[in-house]
Amino acid sequence: METSIDISHFLAGAVLALSFVLLYQARLFALFNAFAMQSIALAMAVGWQAYSQGASHLYITAALALVMKGMLIPGALRWVVVKMGIHRQIDPVVSVNLTLLLGVFLVILSIMVVFPVAKMEGGIAREDLAFALSIILLGMLMMITRRNAIGQVIGFMSLENGLILAATGAKGMPLVVEISVAFSVLIAFFVFGVFIFRIREHFDTIDVDALSEMRGDAE
Amino acid sequence: MTTFALILILVVPVIGMALLALIANYRIGSTLNVLLSATAFAGACLLFWAPMQAGRFFLIDSFNIYLVALNSFVGLTTSIFSATYIAHELEKGTLTPKSLRFYHALYQAMMTFMGLALLTNNLGLMWVGIEIATLSTVVMVGIYRTPQAIEAAWKYFILGSVGIALAFFGTILLYLTAESVLGEGVPAMTLSNLQSNAAQFDPALLSLAFVFLLVGYGTKVGLAPLHAWLPDAHAEGPTPISAVLSGLLLNVALYAVLRIKMIMAGNPDTIPAGLAMMIMGLTSLIFAAVMLYRRRDIKRLFAYSSIEHMGIITFAFGMGGPLANFAGLLHMTMHSLTKSGIFFAVGHIVQAKGTQKMSGITGLAKSHPSLAWALGIGVLAIAGVPPFGVFTSEFLVVTTTFARQPVLAMILALGIIVAFGALLMHLQKLLFGEPGGESHKVKASALPMFIHFALVLLAGLWLPPILVEWFKQVAEVLG
Repeated sequence: METSIDISHFLAGAVLALSFVLLYQARLFALFNAFAMQSIALAMAVGWQAYSQGASHLYITAALALVMKGMLIPGALRWVVVKMGIHRQIDPVVSVNLTLLLGVFLVILSIMVVFPVAKMEGGIAREDLAFALSIILLGMLMMITRRNAIGQVIGFMSLENGLILAATGAKGMPLVVEISVAFSVLIAFFVFGVFIFRIREHFDTIDVDALSEMRGDAE
Repeated sequence: MTTFALILILVVPVIGMALLALIANYRIGSTLNVLLSATAFAGACLLFWAPMQAGRFFLIDSFNIYLVALNSFVGLTTSIFSATYIAHELEKGTLTPKSLRFYHALYQAMMTFMGLALLTNNLGLMWVGIEIATLSTVVMVGIYRTPQAIEAAWKYFILGSVGIALAFFGTILLYLTAESVLGEGVPAMTLSNLQSNAAQFDPALLSLAFVFLLVGYGTKVGLAPLHAWLPDAHAEGPTPISAVLSGLLLNVALYAVLRIKMIMAGNPDTIPAGLAMMIMGLTSLIFAAVMLYRRRDIKRLFAYSSIEHMGIITFAFGMGGPLANFAGLLHMTMHSLTKSGIFFAVGHIVQAKGTQKMSGITGLAKSHPSLAWALGIGVLAIAGVPPFGVFTSEFLVVTTTFARQPVLAMILALGIIVAFGALLMHLQKLLFGEPGGESHKVKASALPMFIHFALVLLAGLWLPPILVEWFKQVAEVLG
């Protein structure tokens, strides 16, 4: 039992650590790689939950995280970047040091929020929740500090990794795993099919800043 | 009976969606869209005779029967408006027959999944319903493919996704709270179970879940400071979509918040859920009322007005109690009907003048008298002028607040008056003065907007006793 918890904490911790790695990437391809690694870590964490809870349906989630987010989506993103000739550097709005500092602060915050509140018998869910909340908040931080549309999408997908970690940590939660997997597919579809290509139709850059000029209320 | 009604509301439109995506002829498509909406409305009406019950997957009580009926009614009138509206857009070339196929299919997707979110007894399915309904509107907001529309859709997509992610985390927390009492699996996700067993839940974890759910779904309601997506999405999408966003989707998100509040009410040791809602409601009201003044775009103007009214409604429900809940329910209904009616009128006006900028829309009273009347009536109604229904409901909210929280009532009244001034100022500029800019003939159907305004006027003059009884019953349920 102890070892089982240790392993699940180790894997969830790895997902969190990779969230930090995502935060300081300055090049798009490095960002994709870091995201792929995070998704593989997530797949392992979910796989371990499936094994230790004896919930075989979670293996599907693990496999999908591995194949979809660990391989297909980063590969497709790389293809899009090459095909569309997108500028491969990301200019962060906030400096890397400050971003990392904020990230640490967010982790402390989520521990402080979750620990006093969740007093569960097994103790598994409590730490898992803190990990998951940290990943979610770091994903949001990434969406705020990157004005680049692709950076924001990666931020959102890493946020979603946190959600899946939380959902699989909650024992016997019905429907949700299937649902969240379906949504990650849907989101990928939306992002590629609709937005990125349409943004490309109208702009030479994929920088979201270029869009902010278009507000109807501009003076 | 119940099954039949549910099939009409949830299954028939899904089949229709597939058909709509295949039909190339936009006339047949839009007619089918109206027929499907009418079917859903018929199903919703049947529910009034259905027994109230809480099953494994569906929950049917007076609260959601009323909302499903309101939703499908506005859905029907909007589909009629849309059928004539899009013909004009096709002529202008802003929409293509191909994009219309998706438009109609997505319209039905949005209506169906809103229905699912309202009728389900499962917290997870409710989340799915709201999520898919939102994603369908995201695509519809971006359907014009102009840079503005894409920016609006992108912003809506990102902010909406963050909101829905937070709501999902809240859902997981709520499940964990319930799981330790109700055991693993579906029962711990069932709303009616959660509500009846709330007293045994851990209050701290329940409160935390509520905070996430309030912020998550509150983003969808458009409560300040989480409203940033709302004006853009309303302004840049096709006008029928602005009408259903304001009139329906905001209500559905608020419905989700209220369901969670009902669970919270069963546990006395949690943080005060109502207080949080009251603060967010008042903030939205004051913020939106001030923002109304400097709008230049007519659809943005009414989008901010929606934030204002959602603020009032959230405030009323936050205060709680039979009277405030009654006022909130009435205001929810009146706002839906009036605001979607206004957007119908705005759709006509934008087509007639060829612009959304208010500087290009002047002197409507001279150039398009009937449109001027419609807009005038709509704006006066939404600003809270008697004898319209919005006046009745706003009056009820303010007087109820005066009896319980005089200071808050002053702030509330101030917000309403500030908004009133802004709306009248803009209305005066739109209607009077010399007509300027382009002027085209209007082809879209005026019937839906007159039905809406007539209903709002009727509600202001005479509320049918049966409706009063129904609302009283719902107000009791809400606690």
